[in-house]
Amino acid sequence: MSAILEEILAQALKELATVSDLNELDKVRVHYLGKKGLFTLQLKELGNLDPEQRRSVGQIINQAKEQLQQQLEACKEQLENAALAARLASESIDVTLPGRGQSVAGLHPVTTTLRRISKIFASVGFKVVEGPEIEDDYHNFEALNIPAHHPARAMHDTFYFDAHTVLRTHTSPVQIRTMESEQPPLKVIAPGRVYRCDSDITHTPMFHQVEGFLVDTDVSFADLKGVIYEFLRAFFEKDIQVRFRPSYFPFTEPSAEVDIECVMCSGKGCRVCSQTGWLEVMGCGMIHPAVFKSVDIDSEQYSGFAFGMGVERLAMLRYGINDLRLFFENDLKFLEQFN
Amino acid sequence: MQISLAWLRSYVDPAIDTEELVEQLTMAGLEVDSVVPAAAQFNGVVIGEVIAMEQHPDADRLRVCQVNVGTEEPLQIVCGASNVRIGLKIPAALCGAVLPGDFKIKKSKLRGVESFGMLCSEKELGLATDAHGLMELATDAPVGVDIRDYLSLNDVIIEVDLTPNRADCLCAEGLAREIAVLNKLEWTTTAFTNIPVTHQNTLTVSIADTTACPRYLGRLITGINASAITPLWMQERLRRSGIRSLGPLVDVTNYVLLELGQPLHVFDADKLTGNINVRWAKADESLSLLNNQVISLNTGSLVIADDSKALALAGIMGGSETAVSDQTQSVFLECAFFAPLAIAGKARDFGLHTDSSHRFERGVDASLQTRAIERATQLIVEIAGGSVGPISEVTTEQTLPSRQPILLRKQRIQKTLGISLADDQVIDIFKRLGMCIQIQADGWLISPPGFRFDIAIEADLIEEIARIFGYNNLPSSSLLMRSELSTATEATLDLDRVKDLMVDKGYQEAITYSFVDEEIQETIAPEMEVIRLKNPISSELAVMRTTLWCGLLKAALHNTNRQQNRVRLFETGLRFIKTNETTHQQKMLSGLALGDVYSEQWGEQSRKVDFFDIKADVQAIFALTGCVVKFIASPQPALHLGQSAKIVTHEGETIGYLGMLHPILEKKLGFDCPVFLFELDQDLILNKRIPVFKSLSKYPSVRRDLALIVKEDVPANDIIDCIKSSAEATLQDAKVFDIYRGKGVEEGNKSVALCLIFQNTTHTQTDTEIDAIISKLLTLLSEKLNAKLRD
Repeated sequence: MSAILEEILAQALKELATVSDLNELDKVRVHYLGKKGLFTLQLKELGNLDPEQRRSVGQIINQAKEQLQQQLEACKEQLENAALAARLASESIDVTLPGRGQSVAGLHPVTTTLRRISKIFASVGFKVVEGPEIEDDYHNFEALNIPAHHPARAMHDTFYFDAHTVLRTHTSPVQIRTMESEQPPLKVIAPGRVYRCDSDITHTPMFHQVEGFLVDTDVSFADLKGVIYEFLRAFFEKDIQVRFRPSYFPFTEPSAEVDIECVMCSGKGCRVCSQTGWLEVMGCGMIHPAVFKSVDIDSEQYSGFAFGMGVERLAMLRYGINDLRLFFENDLKFLEQFN
Repeated sequence: MQISLAWLRSYVDPAIDTEELVEQLTMAGLEVDSVVPAAAQFNGVVIGEVIAMEQHPDADRLRVCQVNVGTEEPLQIVCGASNVRIGLKIPAALCGAVLPGDFKIKKSKLRGVESFGMLCSEKELGLATDAHGLMELATDAPVGVDIRDYLSLNDVIIEVDLTPNRADCLCAEGLAREIAVLNKLEWTTTAFTNIPVTHQNTLTVSIADTTACPRYLGRLITGINASAITPLWMQERLRRSGIRSLGPLVDVTNYVLLELGQPLHVFDADKLTGNINVRWAKADESLSLLNNQVISLNTGSLVIADDSKALALAGIMGGSETAVSDQTQSVFLECAFFAPLAIAGKARDFGLHTDSSHRFERGVDASLQTRAIERATQLIVEIAGGSVGPISEVTTEQTLPSRQPILLRKQRIQKTLGISLADDQVIDIFKRLGMCIQIQADGWLISPPGFRFDIAIEADLIEEIARIFGYNNLPSSSLLMRSELSTATEATLDLDRVKDLMVDKGYQEAITYSFVDEEIQETIAPEMEVIRLKNPISSELAVMRTTLWCGLLKAALHNTNRQQNRVRLFETGLRFIKTNETTHQQKMLSGLALGDVYSEQWGEQSRKVDFFDIKADVQAIFALTGCVVKFIASPQPALHLGQSAKIVTHEGETIGYLGMLHPILEKKLGFDCPVFLFELDQDLILNKRIPVFKSLSKYPSVRRDLALIVKEDVPANDIIDCIKSSAEATLQDAKVFDIYRGKGVEEGNKSVALCLIFQNTTHTQTDTEIDAIISKLLTLLSEKLNAKLRD
């Protein structure tokens, strides 16, 4: 290698060692390897040599050039890595800080409970139907086999608008309205607001019920028991004890109250279940022939069952809520617990 | 109905403990609500007799008594009660006795005189809440016997919550009958001997409406000692049913009511004028009742009257003028059967509810009256003496409840209960229930007894089988049912989806009452006719809501009053409006937001929520359905005049309103920051557009921006509408991206920056083509809105 060439290479490597960024690196590259770079000039001068020499000198120049090239690459890579590391370091954030933007709220626990109930029944083909809340006496009482002055009316504490118009006291009128307009087979649940003229620690003048009924040929009390058992186990997501107790509703015969093993104490007896180990959760029964008669369904051909449950009661048991009145105060501190 | 369990066990005593018996009743449909001891815990109290008494030497009010408690030597006990006297039998607490409240009796000295025990009042034994003097026991009370045994205090009181159909169990005999059925035991009714008639005086009974009163029995009993003391056993049974002793005559009627379930009444015969009439009241009559309430009768009130006036509200309550007292010498004893329909609701009309009305409304055994009047007579004479007259009876057989046999088909039992029972089993159940059975080809003809007036149809009989067989012994089956595929209605969005969207947008779901404060609603929606409840629970919950805003505003205030300065709520539900006398129950979705747009956070500048934040949330709902709606500036009484929009469908139907609560209302209701509200008709927001595919263009789109100068009052939407009205086929979208006022724009004008997107499906549009379109649009905008291109 010629002395000049060696000097150029040494100079180039020395400059490379002091390079601190890609910009400077590029300057070095251009200075030695660019179109007018020192190595390029050396190669241009090859033309002045005889062919024999040209070949060997050319080889030497190319070797030196390659050596520099390698060093340049290495240096570039190093600088790029350093630059990336610096960038990453400068861009690092406190990932524990909260995310930005709109927060997500939640549904009312009554809605959540209603949705769960509906979902369980919808899975076996029950259809959700709604009805009016201002209801006439006929649908709320008469057609349900509760004539005027029936003692059962006293249990209902009805809100009146006039002698014939009431706020529905239960969701059962939807049973009548559905059977008036549709023919069996029917599988319906009717969730909604109901009203009773009663307000104290354990009663609010408005609450929610879900009415359900099924009408078909050959529906028996055994089917009713099966559906209620399965529903309650699905709702509470455990294999709880369920019992049926004879009771009385004018619109079903036979009628039953359904008790579940107290979910607070697992049936051992506590304040919530008044030490009985049982909690009353719903009423049900086989649809009364008088009800079928009022909607012109032949009770010889068809039979059916109906059930009704209080949604707040189920929500209270499910989530351990101890005060019914909280449901309608809409205190965010209460509501947000169910988000 | 509360009653002594020992009384029930005196009829029928199954070999099971209280807990089991109570469970048995509950599971037979006679729900036992509570079981409480008949008396408080105490011990060491025996029957004593005062055999000698002298004044305490140092205390005027104390007496030093010698009391025989069955031991050899009498005990010396110092007593301060005013009724203490020689010969009196009383409960005596011996030394070592523990009275209710853990009160221990010890030997003591009272003003220097030794006392070896205490003579007790009913209050001290926990048998009454107050007492005047010592508890006086019958003269034949056996001295030395433990008072708990003598009064059967080791008893429990059960409270049975009876359903309206089981009025037959509103008495001791009814419950005993049921216990016997459940335990397959025999039982007998209380045996007694009728008192022979000893005088012939009667009152004539006439009945104006024999449908309302199918049977009426009455008799005169004279020469009574009404100040006689009711025997303790009767007082105790009454007490355990929550009835106070009010003298022997009233006590006997109450006792027979509890024993047999038959309400009776006693009139002071000396206060009656002439004979007895059962009739409807006259319009102008009034009656002073036993509870001293004076009521104005109406022609729908059935009364018992004499020849001069109404005496009693039939089957409900007697009158004060003819009531018995301890001076009474003769009584007219009434025992009737009133039809449930004649009594039902009548007590309630006068704000009354009595043991008698409770039973007559539900039904009383129509065959019971003769036995009941004889039983009451026997008890009255036994306690208070007297001479008994013949019974005057008026019975109209045709109007008495008739008991038709009911056909019960075997296959119907199977069909209803899902179980087939052996004939013997069915027959056994009905026999135990006291029903008459006739065998038929495919079932039985069953006649229920008189007391089971709740049994009228085949289904009632099947319920009885289920009840006695045990609901929990009946099978349960997995439901096999016909299934149909459900429809998937695409043109209607599920409300749940919208609710989820609201939740995701930070709105907490609220549920507020459907009835609201009329005054608040009047302020918010003054133009709406309200639907008023006849019997509201309070003035705050008196009218049906015409807007969900009432409830949401109240809920928001509840929260702002509790240090919440950011509230976002929504609610779904009905509003109730009246137009032309017709009630509409309209499903609505409403929302409210106040305070910061975001919850306090480090990464966003804190900013109050404004109209456009809420509008974005509302628009997001429409984005779900793809429905095109318009927001039109439109005043709404509850909203700020300049920040209120009516939302209408493409067809012009009003979907609802959106805006800022009127500042005056904001102040009046007690908010200290702007409140934004919206309310939408659910049916209209849920209408979903079913998408129709359009093919995609292969050619690039072109964007052109325009800045237009328009008058301040030209709504941005009008500019967009104007551009769209050109029906330019290649125009894909037109959007406002800036509004500018200030330098370069004349006062009263604004600059609206628009971006227009063009795309053609057949070729790439050239600048010349686009220029031509823009120029056409500018002409249109200039003509319609006087818009100019900004220089």
